[in-house]
Amino acid sequence: MNPVLVSTALPLGDDALVLAQRLGEWAGHAPVLEEDVALANIALDLLGQARVLLSLVGDEDELAFGREERAFRNVQLVEQPNGDFAHTIARQLYFSTYQELLYTELAQGDSELAPLAAKAVKEVAYHHDHARQWTLRLGDGTAESHERMQRGLDALWRFTGELFQPVEGLGTDLGALREPWLERVSAVVRQATLTMPEGPDVTSWSAGAGRQGIHTESFGRMLAEMQHLHRAHPGATW
Amino acid sequence: MTTAATVEEAAPQAGLLAAFESALAEDSRIEPRDWMPDAYRATLIRQMAQHAHSEIIGMQPEANWISRAPSLRRKAILMAKVQDEAGHGLYLYSAAETLGVGRDELLDKLHAGRQRYSSIFNYPTLTWADVGAVGWLVDGAAITNQVPLCRCSYGPYARAMVRICKEESFHQRQGYELLLALSRGTEAQHAMAQDAVDRWWWPSLMMFGPPDTESGHSEQSMAWKIKRHSNDELRQRFVDICVPQAEVLGLTLPDPDLRWNEERGAHDFGDIDWTEFHEVLRGNGPCNEQRITQRRTAHEQGAWVREAATAYAAKQGTEHGEVR
Repeated sequence: MNPVLVSTALPLGDDALVLAQRLGEWAGHAPVLEEDVALANIALDLLGQARVLLSLVGDEDELAFGREERAFRNVQLVEQPNGDFAHTIARQLYFSTYQELLYTELAQGDSELAPLAAKAVKEVAYHHDHARQWTLRLGDGTAESHERMQRGLDALWRFTGELFQPVEGLGTDLGALREPWLERVSAVVRQATLTMPEGPDVTSWSAGAGRQGIHTESFGRMLAEMQHLHRAHPGATW
Repeated sequence: MTTAATVEEAAPQAGLLAAFESALAEDSRIEPRDWMPDAYRATLIRQMAQHAHSEIIGMQPEANWISRAPSLRRKAILMAKVQDEAGHGLYLYSAAETLGVGRDELLDKLHAGRQRYSSIFNYPTLTWADVGAVGWLVDGAAITNQVPLCRCSYGPYARAMVRICKEESFHQRQGYELLLALSRGTEAQHAMAQDAVDRWWWPSLMMFGPPDTESGHSEQSMAWKIKRHSNDELRQRFVDICVPQAEVLGLTLPDPDLRWNEERGAHDFGDIDWTEFHEVLRGNGPCNEQRITQRRTAHEQGAWVREAATAYAAKQGTEHGEVR
């Protein structure tokens, strides 16, 4: 196993896989049929990215279904439960903005992740546009939607600092993405008549934790559901 | 006076009816702006709404397995399938709009229990193999029903069906392939596949509706070329398609009376339990309550999102107006 890929493709693959799993939970529950289509479509893109990235490291199914919670390297942001639609959109806005910046950088590099990044950056641009448009509609919609959208942004803020913690071997200075990320996110938030959350974007406990295999409580339950069937039939092919 | 007015109105009506009937006779399509009898319009709305509702309720039993799909490849296939169903719902609601009914109105009727969806979705998906059985049998039965609808007399419906049937046949092959993998897998996987087929076979046969002798809407729908074959003809066609497929799968169909009838050139099969069919239709199936409750809940909990989108669009409109 290539150690550089383990330290780079695995965390990014886990981000995509875990967010796909969360978004998949919306199927049949979306507020409007168009969003059943859109959220499933975004989940499918992310799942596709995850499969490419995990396959660079090893067997995609062994990695997805065979690892324990502590072996997952995704950021805590993507594992956060869906909450209401505004909460999901806030998570999408934070993460898609990050992923678009990151993949743009990686696509320009010459690492083994470059081909995937070059393809995925187009998908992620759509994810970002989707999140931006809904942030505007909810922020500048009704009093209720405004309040819910603000609550979503505020609640997830403390998981955003972790996005910029270094990932060893990536060849990209993630810390340098923080400024452009802030600029982009705050432009959308302002246009949506919302305010940027205040307070720390990490806690002393959570800084860099997901990347080190420390997750939040709901993650174990999510994995239990995701992995159960595969694990119940060791050695079976599907 | 009343009589005279009626006669005056009836004369152009007779001409329109003649044009409508000759279009049917020539097998040409009726389009949204063409005149059509009220009852034809009402029948189409009822059928297209039921079809659209079936697509969106049908997402539930399959979405039930997205989070637990046992491989990433299967998860991707299943997600794509559920997404396609939402898309089919969208085409069909749009096609129904051409007849003058909006999606909101149809959804309200669904939520109020005043319009139906296919009864098959009131059965539960209990194991992973059910995802395969739904693809093979339920989508298979749906395709058998729907392929003739591609030649339905109403243009927008026929065109929507062409696209839907292409995707459905893809889903059916995926379901079949899923079952084949299970059937050829471990003993436990094989047993899971057989159990799913045992539970889905009879409900799938009921998808063709009551026997021809009892089908209320059939005769008029056939005359209007909305429907092209009788319930029993389609059911027979489906059985004849499935028998050899089950053999290749290495699974048995749960009907001791199923056998080839040389004389008829078709398979004989056992009696369908129509009591079960009517009970499920009446709301007493295993999941009727659950399905409609989930649908209503999603709709109600999403109300604030739809209101926000409407309010935002209105504000944008006003602002643009002011700029001009």
